[in-house]
Amino acid sequence: MSASTTLTRPPDAASVRRTPTRRRNARRGMNSVLLGLLTWVIVLLFFFPVLWMAVTGFKPESAAATNPPKFVFHPTLTNYQSALSKAGPYLTHSIIIVVVSTLIVLALALPAAYALSIAPVRKWRDALFFFISTKMLPVAGAIIPLYIIARNLHLIDTLPVLIILYAGLNLPIAVWMLRSFLLEVPVAILEAAHVDGATFFRQLRSVILPLIAPGMAATALICFIFAWNEFFLAVNLTTTNAATVPVYLVSFQTGEGQFWAHLCAGATLACLPVLIAGWAAQDKLVRGLTMGAVK
Amino acid sequence: MAAIADTGADSAVVWDRKRARHRNRIRRLPLLPALLFTILVTQIPFVLTIWYSLQSYNLFEPFARHFTGLHNYALIFKDSIFRGALVNTVILTLVPVVLSLLLGLGIAILLDRKVFGRGLLRTLIISPFLVMPAAAALVWKFTLLDTQFGILNWVLSPFGAGHTDWINGHAKWTIITVLTWQWTPFMVLILLAGLQSQPGDVLEAARVDGAGAWQVFRTMTLPHLRQYMELGIVLGSIYIVQAFDAIFMITSGGPGQQTTNIPYYLYETAFRGFDIGRASAMGVVVVVITIIIATFALRTVSGLFSEQGMEGRL
Repeated sequence: MSASTTLTRPPDAASVRRTPTRRRNARRGMNSVLLGLLTWVIVLLFFFPVLWMAVTGFKPESAAATNPPKFVFHPTLTNYQSALSKAGPYLTHSIIIVVVSTLIVLALALPAAYALSIAPVRKWRDALFFFISTKMLPVAGAIIPLYIIARNLHLIDTLPVLIILYAGLNLPIAVWMLRSFLLEVPVAILEAAHVDGATFFRQLRSVILPLIAPGMAATALICFIFAWNEFFLAVNLTTTNAATVPVYLVSFQTGEGQFWAHLCAGATLACLPVLIAGWAAQDKLVRGLTMGAVK
Repeated sequence: MAAIADTGADSAVVWDRKRARHRNRIRRLPLLPALLFTILVTQIPFVLTIWYSLQSYNLFEPFARHFTGLHNYALIFKDSIFRGALVNTVILTLVPVVLSLLLGLGIAILLDRKVFGRGLLRTLIISPFLVMPAAAALVWKFTLLDTQFGILNWVLSPFGAGHTDWINGHAKWTIITVLTWQWTPFMVLILLAGLQSQPGDVLEAARVDGAGAWQVFRTMTLPHLRQYMELGIVLGSIYIVQAFDAIFMITSGGPGQQTTNIPYYLYETAFRGFDIGRASAMGVVVVVITIIIATFALRTVSGLFSEQGMEGRL
């Protein structure tokens, strides 16, 4: 930047200013290093609890809860192994619920997003804001009827109840997000396909889907993240037969919380899928979190 | 001649209108399944919540169920625990939102610079937001904040604060800290996207014209960031108002009712006390609070979206 500034100035001005510029550059370099260091310190502070969780999971139980904390120890996999076997059923439930609900969401959201972007219905704006407004209503305001309906239909502690509800929770996000991806499909391509006489499904399959495949993947990951971490509905609507990973963690809240290494191994396992998904979808994360408003 | 031409034009208009209506009906088809599903899963329960809130209804006494009008609302607003929960909800939403916004702004500005390992830094900073809130709550409760073995007290022991009982002695701040930690990355992501959407050449031009870094930030960056900050505040509030995981796991609403917010009190009333009527009235109150926030939200969001073109698609 400073180079270009010097270049655009008249030569005499540049020669006059050369020395102060260099000194200023040196100071700026110093500042830059300090700010870089500060950035690292802050970010590592924020990351520390996550790191500490994973590390404590590798400790033998005797080294987990100590004062001063142990930073050097013989790592062991036993906690992770036992957590994995204990969390097994919960992991299975979570995977089934999250995958099925995400598939439902995509199947419903893609046509809806299409009808709100590429071939918009007359009141597309109203429909869009209806979707987003449902996202703004808290689950606490719906939990009681949901519980009673589920009880009357004998759906408490079954997989379908969370599948349906998670699909409902994520559908608005997916509609908005997919719409923002569909809007990026160049109009010219769609028109060309239209002129070529492609039917709706052909157009969808051979033109739109390949173009928005990355967007679909990102949307699926966002749905996955929200559904996987959901706690309130899971705790209130499931106990054993359909209990998800967050429900498994409740057992640590009191009694088993004494075994820190085991707790941390379990917690790390619970977090790992979403951490990986989130790191993979990093550049699309903000779009999902803001429902497509920010890219 | 003229008459024939007239009827011809007329029928063409009618035909066009018919076709337009038909076209719109076809266009609506792909939207309907999602619309119906959303109404069924999200709207009907809300209507039922209002319906239940007008009844005296306890799951243990199903036959004593009867209509009581606004009695439940009178009950909850007379209830000092509920009024406390209302205040706690505001505190436990407002403070984390403001703190995470300020921290997020600082970190976003730092990450917007050229810094060594920027990709890795960004990966690390988003992690607290990705981590399962229930898991994070446990890690904070035990390994970080425990009075005897928590790492925080070990770090603070040289300063004479090594025996602080954070969770029981500073319950509100514990929850605020965990929520802030969790939501700062969210703000970072939004604000960083905002910073990076600034037109670089305009900033460069301002600098060449002799504007200082602070001046550029205050007169150009900050106004540009404004709508991103608003979006962060609004979305953050909508989610944090519902905070439940951390409170359930760490403090169970205590000590006393210090960290009982409305969602937690509603949970206790409905699933420990089985008082459906009263809990439903609380649910309606949460919804009203959220609608107030959401009114601002829709305005902000629609502002952001008006920039996204729908040109040539109408």
